[in-house]
Amino acid sequence: MRHLLSTEGLDAATATSVLDTADTLKQTLLGREVKKLPTLRGRTVVTLFYENSTRTRVSFEVAGKWMSADVINVSASSSSVGKGESLRDTALTLAAAGADCVIIRHPASGAAHRLAGWLDGVGSQVVNAGDGMHEHPTQALLDAATLRERLGELAGRRIAIVGDLLHSRVARSNVHLLRTLGAEVVLVAPPTLVPTGAEQWGAEVRHELDPELPKLDAVMVLRVQAERMHGGFFPSAREYSIAYGLNQARLDKLPEHAVVLHPGPMLRGMEIAPAVADSPRAAITQQVSNGVHVRMAVLYHLLAGEELGA
Amino acid sequence: MASRRAADAADPVEQRELLSTGDVARTIARIAHQIIEKTALDTGSSDVVLLGIPTRGAPLARRLAAKISEFSGVTVPTGALDITLYRDDLRKRPNRPLEPTDLPVSGIDDALVVLVDDVLFSGRTVRAALDALRDQGRPRAVQLAVLVDRGHRELPIRADYVGKNIPTSRSEDVAVQLAESDGQDRVVLRRGKEA
Repeated sequence: MRHLLSTEGLDAATATSVLDTADTLKQTLLGREVKKLPTLRGRTVVTLFYENSTRTRVSFEVAGKWMSADVINVSASSSSVGKGESLRDTALTLAAAGADCVIIRHPASGAAHRLAGWLDGVGSQVVNAGDGMHEHPTQALLDAATLRERLGELAGRRIAIVGDLLHSRVARSNVHLLRTLGAEVVLVAPPTLVPTGAEQWGAEVRHELDPELPKLDAVMVLRVQAERMHGGFFPSAREYSIAYGLNQARLDKLPEHAVVLHPGPMLRGMEIAPAVADSPRAAITQQVSNGVHVRMAVLYHLLAGEELGA
Repeated sequence: MASRRAADAADPVEQRELLSTGDVARTIARIAHQIIEKTALDTGSSDVVLLGIPTRGAPLARRLAAKISEFSGVTVPTGALDITLYRDDLRKRPNRPLEPTDLPVSGIDDALVVLVDDVLFSGRTVRAALDALRDQGRPRAVQLAVLVDRGHRELPIRADYVGKNIPTSRSEDVAVQLAESDGQDRVVLRRGKEA
């Protein structure tokens, strides 16, 4: 792996290898008082966040620190970006200052790819930590890690992704990865929140949630992305909740073994009922802790191997 | 690690068998006797834990434990200690998959840990193992058992139990094959390859 920019095109062998590494790292660190490995000592990892985020940034920071990398956090609001510096100049400055890996979150789809193009020449690596409405590959990997833990192999499993597909990078990354790993994916959303061409992602598209429930092995509930919406996608939060919210009655229709995931942050009471979010069938906190191990695995695959021609 | 590569039947490189299946079994039995004697294991006065270094050290540790149990009646806690994350040459090699670390539930604190590996070469694997061990607990003492010592040490490390000393040149390659991973037990020396 040179960069991790998307799950589209990530082959099954590489994805499985990252998930296996994450599993082993989790076992290695289990019950240890000092969760620190010397593996990436001397490497510098920069998180460059143009959007606010708690869990993703903290998760990458913890992952880097547990691998002994030096982690530097740059947020756009407190850097030269605020003075009008371009993404390219910011990135080249970070690389010139010795960043081996830049983890970027950006509101524009494709920003991580552009960054990778600029940094290829100077040997720094790029991890996409969410670019606009495009992809969020480490979220998909941690979702897959959590599903593997709860369900075993993913091949042949049927997984629904429910909610705001239009604005969701998590949905896109998950569809690609889950299909690569052999799962069947069904997308459930109101027609206004289904992106054009979603049928070509290789997943079924449905507009009603209830008939799907008894056939599912897992439900991924997406957040309704109010900050990316400009009105008119659905009549009201209450109506959305009635049609698509995962409440106790819907949880009861799922098979006994089915798992509930949510990438967070959750809008409790709207897209997911508090009782469902807190039920043992929900793997939401497990997703967060797996996030650290998956990101450690990604950093290991990118930074620990043979030095690539810089 | 080059010295761990399993021999390939189609490989045209010249190779010579150093230890046959029977030799491997006798060597393991001898090391088991030496461990019992040196650690006074059968007197009940020591607390020995065997930790194999994956890939081939792990089955070797299990076999040693079985032999020790057969000879002395003492069951020795056995585990595996992966050292990949502690290597100092990670940037010089292609990425390697991690192997599981599996310590006995009794832990390693105050125990006499015997690290087990197939080949002792530069000593860097053992150095990494000592670092990995330190993160897992504080053994009373650490010893090292290897099936083959081929020399070329780069660090001041020596084994407590050696199955066979095999002086080699750096261009040779010592391949330990075990039934668990390679279908048969034997040790071969391959010439003409950069180790």
